[in-house]
Amino acid sequence: MANTMEKSKGPLAKTGESLQGSQVWSSIFRPGSIFRKGYTDSPRNRSYVVMNSVLYHLHPVKVKRHAVKVSYTLCLGGLSFFLFILLTVTGIFLMFFYRPTAAQAWNDIEALHTSVTFGLLVRNMHRWAAHLMVLSVFLHMARVFYHGAYKPPREFNWVIGVVLLMLTLLLSFTGYLLPWDQLALWAVTVGTNMGGFTPVFGSQVKFALLGGASIGTETLLRWYVLHVLLLPFVIVIFMAIHFWRVRKDGGISGPL
Amino acid sequence: MTEIPEHLRKRAEAARAKAEAAGGDDAPATDAGAEAPTGGDQAAPAEAATGGDDRIPAHLLERSQAAGGGTAVATAPAPEAPTASTSGPDGHTQRLLTVVKSGSIQDVKATPQDKVHTWPHLLLIEFIAALAILAFLLVFSVFVNAPLLELANPNQTPNPSKAPWYFLGLQEMLTMFHPMIAGVTVPTMGMLGLMMAPYIDRNPSQKPEDRKFAISLFTMFLMGAAVLTIIGSFFRGPGQNFVFPWIDGIFFDL
Repeated sequence: MANTMEKSKGPLAKTGESLQGSQVWSSIFRPGSIFRKGYTDSPRNRSYVVMNSVLYHLHPVKVKRHAVKVSYTLCLGGLSFFLFILLTVTGIFLMFFYRPTAAQAWNDIEALHTSVTFGLLVRNMHRWAAHLMVLSVFLHMARVFYHGAYKPPREFNWVIGVVLLMLTLLLSFTGYLLPWDQLALWAVTVGTNMGGFTPVFGSQVKFALLGGASIGTETLLRWYVLHVLLLPFVIVIFMAIHFWRVRKDGGISGPL
Repeated sequence: MTEIPEHLRKRAEAARAKAEAAGGDDAPATDAGAEAPTGGDQAAPAEAATGGDDRIPAHLLERSQAAGGGTAVATAPAPEAPTASTSGPDGHTQRLLTVVKSGSIQDVKATPQDKVHTWPHLLLIEFIAALAILAFLLVFSVFVNAPLLELANPNQTPNPSKAPWYFLGLQEMLTMFHPMIAGVTVPTMGMLGLMMAPYIDRNPSQKPEDRKFAISLFTMFLMGAAVLTIIGSFFRGPGQNFVFPWIDGIFFDL
């Protein structure tokens, strides 16, 4: 960024330079940031890029050389996290145009398709990203198993990972009902009927899932709150523990 | 700790390339260094020197060879360390003053790890992976629309009624078992089993050849889930009857 500006010394470049030299700029980008004036590639700056930014919550300054091999991790865990972020962003967009009642939900989705700019595109992205996230979390689990990465000291992080898989499935399933079309209604009917066969508390489980005796507005509201608030809240907490444990347990596993 | 800073490594590589370009015969020390690629850092010329330098007293040389190479202070094997040259980056030469047996002063217990900086090595890969998946999703979403069927109608049951695809393996089992088995017991046991995997599998090895049982068991689980899901998705038609998708069509929505 700084380099390209210095090559052509137009008025824009000068403004850019004075902006980069300003107090505001240097207060935003901490020492070592690649956006700071005069960033040079040095071992110290390479450390600062991570150490002096919010990234330090996710990554250590250095990682094992084999950990950056794409063929080892296939990026699956990171991609699951990225898809979650993408789903949060697109989901917030969708929330502006959606009311979770049986009378309005389907019409709101229809209106989203026809009269909201990029509405259809964002809904498509939300849906496909959701399916992809279920897949990538599942494949991440398989990858971790085949590398034996659940073995000590990472046993508990594996347990958290299984919880995250279940939360991902629940998030996807609660979102499935929200369009309130025939596909949603009957898929959820099948799913909740299965839950109704829980031993001992079958009917109570089904009642709690549906918010009533059969699927209706109460179910929609209940699943909407689960989908946009409760489950994301819970999964973020578990993700935080998961990522923290990855570092505390000595980084990613291997090499084999 | 025992890793070579990248800038030092680059500097040493450049110096070596320069020395090689200048000619092999006027830099015998460099040749000696090249024969010993397993030195740790500047403090590890002992091995290198054994290759070509006859100024080492014979008894010291013997002793150092008997110690199996790990005689210098830096006992760490770091394959990527080209700085084990007796001619330093700036042309200084070092002379072997003494040989210190490993463990006589300090014994490093931690095994050295080959590490790289997170920036740019890891962050760049993550950034590219995120961009690639974003681009894929964007393009896919432009061309393929998410399904929106007609308004929900509790009085009209579509035939077949299917759960979301990730539950279709369970729904497929409903055709074989009682719902309490297929819909509740199997998934609960499955999840509990997965959670307990690290506590059941006490085998400490991570090598695939030592884990044949665990790997075959898990592969059977994956294959079973995949086969059931595919059958439930594409091979079940009206009335949950078995159909062939290439004959009767696909009864499946994502």
